[in-house]
Amino acid sequence: MEFTLRVWRQAGPAAAGGFVDYPAPDISPDASFLEMLDVINERLSERGDEPIAFSHDCREGICGSCAMMIDGVAHGPVSGAATCQVHMRSFRTGDTLTIEPWRSVAFPVIKDLVTDRAALDRIIQAGGFITAPTGGARDANEILVPKDAADAAMDAASCIGCGACVAACPNGSASLFTAAKLTHLGLLPQGQPERSRRTISMVAQMDREHFGHCTMFGECQEACPKQISIDVIARMNRDYVRALATARPDRTAAAAG
Amino acid sequence: MWWMPLYRSTIGKKVIMAVTGLIMVGFVVVHMLGNLQAFQGPERINAYSAFLHSTGELLWVARTVLLVAVILHIDAAVQLTRIARAARPLQYAERRPQVSTLASRTMRWGGVVLVAFIVFHILHMTTGTVHPSFAAGDVYHNLVTGLRVWPVAIFYLLAMAALGLHLYHGVWSSARTLGVARPTPHPFHRPVAVVVAVAVAVGFALIPVAVLAGWIR
Repeated sequence: MEFTLRVWRQAGPAAAGGFVDYPAPDISPDASFLEMLDVINERLSERGDEPIAFSHDCREGICGSCAMMIDGVAHGPVSGAATCQVHMRSFRTGDTLTIEPWRSVAFPVIKDLVTDRAALDRIIQAGGFITAPTGGARDANEILVPKDAADAAMDAASCIGCGACVAACPNGSASLFTAAKLTHLGLLPQGQPERSRRTISMVAQMDREHFGHCTMFGECQEACPKQISIDVIARMNRDYVRALATARPDRTAAAAG
Repeated sequence: MWWMPLYRSTIGKKVIMAVTGLIMVGFVVVHMLGNLQAFQGPERINAYSAFLHSTGELLWVARTVLLVAVILHIDAAVQLTRIARAARPLQYAERRPQVSTLASRTMRWGGVVLVAFIVFHILHMTTGTVHPSFAAGDVYHNLVTGLRVWPVAIFYLLAMAALGLHLYHGVWSSARTLGVARPTPHPFHRPVAVVVAVAVAVGFALIPVAVLAGWIR
């Protein structure tokens, strides 16, 4: 297959970036999108040019490292797939593919297509710990979890933190990410003791990172490689208002400060 | 107070938009139903108008609640729009919406159209400032003579289209913002919002259409 790549190149965080066109002939239809970039980078290196920087790790859709906007769609045209799970057969030969990094004030570009997504880590950190005894393994099924709660919590926990929800959201909101993390623990018995405090501090951190708000466009759900439902956002909103209304003053003050 | 962090948060601002939005939805539904009395003749709708004015303080309570709701709704919308703009200083060279509706993407401009319409509508049908032959208390006369001016009627129809779109997204999303929507395999389905949006937009639009067509004169 043959493509023309229109790639965002940016030498460093402070450097000005711009698009550069690269011809991409002789590409296997069975190459993944990242393998296609590997081929292009080999060709660039052989010519003595700087390869295109992009983040990647597991290449099987579970690490959340790969992240790029392909032709205006986060993770490209395949639903429920990270960039690494998109294959070149999903495109037509002769296509011009525009490749951009995630665009968000909270995700500064480090180089080319690589962004710093530590803001998502800080939201998780703000959640703190749950009260779980350590030591010897406990009996299985010692704490009973209703099947539907376990399933819904697992769906939310499948979030790999890639940031596609933020990238796809017209408001640059991290609501789907934050809500998925909150729902994951909020549905389980183990997550109950700190539920209110966790909800208040994670939402406060989300705002502090300058992510936008949720307008229910629904673009995040479509972009999510794990297809996490926007239902989790409704749940987060309900939990947040309830947490603030019932929180003890010191906790509210700690979260606001 | 617990509502201060709520007000400062993006979720809290959305809650304000949802609550004030639902107050206004209640108003437009009642207003639309009241308007339909125009089809029952001048006596009926003029009597309805006289009844509303006879409530005295109650009318002003309702007006105050609506005014406060409009102001809070716009205040939160402006703040949130600023936050969203700041969240993506550098726009994508290419962006293709996948599942977002036209209604959701036109909430901001649609809202601006609705504000312009509301101001005009009050000057037109409530105070009569921009009305060609306003007669206080004669609602039937005012709407027939006012909407016979076809550019005005077209503006009314466009504004009702904008209102329908605004409600199609707003009624559905406010339930999700407030967290009262239950988890569902089809989160984008919105039967209630469709019924409310179509009923309100069509119900209002019937009046200018009827005047233009000469059904009510």
